[in-house]
Amino acid sequence: MRISILTIAFSALLLADSLAVEPSEILDDPRHESRARELSKALRCVVCQNQSIDDSDAALARDMRILVRERITAGDSNEEVLDYVVLRYGDFVLLKPPFKKTTLVLWLGPILMFGMALLGALLFFRRQKSATSLMKCDPSAELDETERKRLNALLGGQKK
Amino acid sequence: MTAELGLFALTLAFAVALVQSTFPIIGATKNYISWITLAGPTAITQFVLVALAFGCLTKLYITSDFSVLNVVQNSNTSMPLLYKVSGVWGNHEGSLLLWVLILALYGAAVALFGQNLPPALRARVLSVQAMIAIGFYLFILLTSNPFERVFPPPPDGRELNPLLQDPGLAFHPPMLYMGYVGFSMAFSFAIAALVEGRVDAAWARWVRPWTLAAWCFLTGGIVLGSWWAYYELGWGGWWFWDPVENASFMPWLAGTALLHSCTVVEKRDALKSWTILLAIITFSLSLLGTFLVRSGVLTSVHAFATDPERGVFILALLIVVIGGSLSLFAWRGPQLKTTGLFQPISREGALLFNNLCMTTATATVLLGTLYPLFVDAVGGDKVSVGPPFFNSVFIPLMIPMIFAMAIGPLLNWKRGDLFGALGRLKLVGISSLIVTGATWAWHNDGPVFATLALGLSAWLGLGTLVELAGRIKLFVPGAGSWARVCRLTRASWGMTLGHMGLAISIAGMAGAGGWTQESIQTMKPGDTIKLSGYDFTFKGVHQRKGANFTSAVGTFVVHKNGIYVTNLSAEKRNYPVGKMQTTEAAIHTTLGGDLYAVIGDHDGNDGAYVTRLYFNPLVVWMWIGAIVMVLGGVLSLSDRRYRIGAPRQSRHGHAKELEAKSMI
Amino acid sequence: MKQRAIFILPLIVFCIIGFYLAKGLTLDPKKMPSMLDGKPVPTFSLPPIKGRDNNGFSQNHLLDKVALVNIFGSWCVACRIEHPFLMQLSELSNTPIHGINWREENPDSGPEWLKRHGDPYEFVGDDPRSKAAIAFGVTGAPETFLVDQEGIIRYKHVGPLDLQTWRGILWPLIQKLSHKNIPRGTL
Repeated sequence: MRISILTIAFSALLLADSLAVEPSEILDDPRHESRARELSKALRCVVCQNQSIDDSDAALARDMRILVRERITAGDSNEEVLDYVVLRYGDFVLLKPPFKKTTLVLWLGPILMFGMALLGALLFFRRQKSATSLMKCDPSAELDETERKRLNALLGGQKK
Repeated sequence: MTAELGLFALTLAFAVALVQSTFPIIGATKNYISWITLAGPTAITQFVLVALAFGCLTKLYITSDFSVLNVVQNSNTSMPLLYKVSGVWGNHEGSLLLWVLILALYGAAVALFGQNLPPALRARVLSVQAMIAIGFYLFILLTSNPFERVFPPPPDGRELNPLLQDPGLAFHPPMLYMGYVGFSMAFSFAIAALVEGRVDAAWARWVRPWTLAAWCFLTGGIVLGSWWAYYELGWGGWWFWDPVENASFMPWLAGTALLHSCTVVEKRDALKSWTILLAIITFSLSLLGTFLVRSGVLTSVHAFATDPERGVFILALLIVVIGGSLSLFAWRGPQLKTTGLFQPISREGALLFNNLCMTTATATVLLGTLYPLFVDAVGGDKVSVGPPFFNSVFIPLMIPMIFAMAIGPLLNWKRGDLFGALGRLKLVGISSLIVTGATWAWHNDGPVFATLALGLSAWLGLGTLVELAGRIKLFVPGAGSWARVCRLTRASWGMTLGHMGLAISIAGMAGAGGWTQESIQTMKPGDTIKLSGYDFTFKGVHQRKGANFTSAVGTFVVHKNGIYVTNLSAEKRNYPVGKMQTTEAAIHTTLGGDLYAVIGDHDGNDGAYVTRLYFNPLVVWMWIGAIVMVLGGVLSLSDRRYRIGAPRQSRHGHAKELEAKSMI
Repeated sequence: MKQRAIFILPLIVFCIIGFYLAKGLTLDPKKMPSMLDGKPVPTFSLPPIKGRDNNGFSQNHLLDKVALVNIFGSWCVACRIEHPFLMQLSELSNTPIHGINWREENPDSGPEWLKRHGDPYEFVGDDPRSKAAIAFGVTGAPETFLVDQEGIIRYKHVGPLDLQTWRGILWPLIQKLSHKNIPRGTL
């Protein structure tokens, strides 16, 4: 059993060693070809582990590259080509997930997190500021825990 | 016998770890001196035992003992010795053994070199280390025994995956693990600090070297893997945002943040609980990586032999270690009080900004990596999150950080002068605008990001130089600049080199990402292809026999403007045992870019072959930059203040004074 | 108190992640969704395989009767396992089975394979370049589609078809679909 699992892992790596686009596939029109390459890089190979069809030497990936080229030659726009594939294989084939309800968190998450981090920093500075102003305005105020700790540290930190 | 000895040693190590994880930490709380002193000897014993177990497995590999299943599956008598040895860790079971070996090595290092740590802290740290080790011992002994016998033994083994039979990849896992596991030190120190309820500058000075060492190894490991992908996969790709790559990148990002926040704790006694949290997060991400690689929850090109049963075990381990430590943080964290106050515009503020960017970047990579799983788990459509997503989200996050990286070091601690700093960077700003503009004018066909990245690289590189020049008063006559250079602390050189290295690497990434030229065609012997000003003439293919492979070697002669440049010999290897083919790209490196040639299949009868030729601009800058970064880390590590073990107070005071002087 | 909440936040985030990781262990990341369920069969037109002189296989053959479309290839080991069941099915049931002979490198291999193991198919198309396979969203062989009399795909089965799937899923579905009895075939 374990050997068969290993074989699968091996075949996965085998796919990693790829010699993708073959000369025979290349379109004569360089503008079509460069569009084809761009699209191939955006489409996931459905039988591989995690590769675009541009990187993969799997037979189905090659056939899909050819399909992409045929569609382009037939006059499809980039969106039409992608739609054709997505209709059949789902959003799974898009290496750049589309912006929709299920991917909202994915696309907005990073910006939100950055915003939250900035907000956190802002609060941090505000709290710090209020702590300092408190110290300045009210010299009779008792030491707060921070200050006590600091005092301890200054005294050599014997008391913990 | 060797296999049984190895297993026995491993079991003993587990038993020793049980002792090490309990007595010292209890002793530290109850102040039982004899229990505290157990920490050192147990840590060293544990290391000796694991080393013995590891040695046994290595011996089994070297002697090709095919009565052991693990050897059968990953080795073969015809393999060169180097790959027999690297086969030890080129598989799930062996790599786990390497993991615990390194964990025990770090523990033993604390025991041996941490003599002047406070005994209680040392005891706690070593106990926490042993707790982590226990989890891994159990994992190995219960689910992944590398010493399992097989009967009857087959006459020969199945060979290590040929793609892994490569000098670069042979050392990739040990480096990576030195990094991952190294972060366990920061983790253990953080837990010990939480238990003790105390974090101070001394604590930061002890944590920093371990983190720095781990960071250097991890950087090296990642770069080695990336470099391997570059020359081995046959089309010059070096980063794919694959889950397994992300698994190593996340701890790197968090670890980098940790290095910076440690500085704030050390110098200014601020950001304490945040630093503790980062230490926990960094190691947690290392553990998470283990889970992702070995459980099969995500699809990846580099999959290990995955097994859901093991997945359950690692997940349980994650929950205990991460959940436990975060609970401890939630409980004890609020008690860590900070004394150092600072303004937003200050050195600390800049380091904090670095931390914001780095953690957001880490979280972004984590989100992208796990998102397919989230969507699948809530029953939505399957989605893929691939390189286009990461590039379009990660790169914009890096821009403000790199922009700030040139400014931060020019700001004073506590309260900085932003306009003064910007004023000093005026020339740098103008120069980087010129670089961007010139790049755009010269080649406006590349992606906008690559053009911008070159400008940012110049900004950061020159900005770092300005900071260095300011510190040594290069432009102040009679300031004794040379003497100042000699007096600079190694830690400050570390910072300079680290930032410089990143600047250089960014230039390489921009070049390789933006302006790679490619030409794919069928070539007959004698055919010439022109690419980026170079003429590649195909000289045909001859056969060659290696130790355990046969190889078709295609030769190209390269000329530029009629002048001979180099010969390129690209190979296509066939490994009969594993029934696999690999490509060995031929690469000629220049500062301006790499000439990269690969041969494919035979095409037709007249000696024609499919060939792929590439010109990858500035790639070598990526590797140089990484080396400079690691060098900076190593230099900083060798700083007197960070010598493993507690530094003497007076010296430290002296160094601080010097630094304060040089800053004015 | 507010202060405390911030310290608990990392633990909460980890709990959420841990929950999904645990759930992830029960899922198969390689399993692909079935996209064309409820959608009309794609347009395709395949030439016949060697030795069969009828006019290949196209979507027009799927417009009068509930039928099965089976993707197979002589190179496919699982198809070999599935084949005896398809033979049985073609004899015992009156649901026609059509074949798409996928990705034969040698045009003779498909016909030879059928000669050796029996030929359960009514129409067979040759698809060496995955034209129809991609149109159907196929990721591997064998795969079997159930198409109703209106030419709508009703079910997709991945992997070898067996009695269990037939009894449990396909047959009840065919019964249900046949009762709709829309005389689309006359059009």
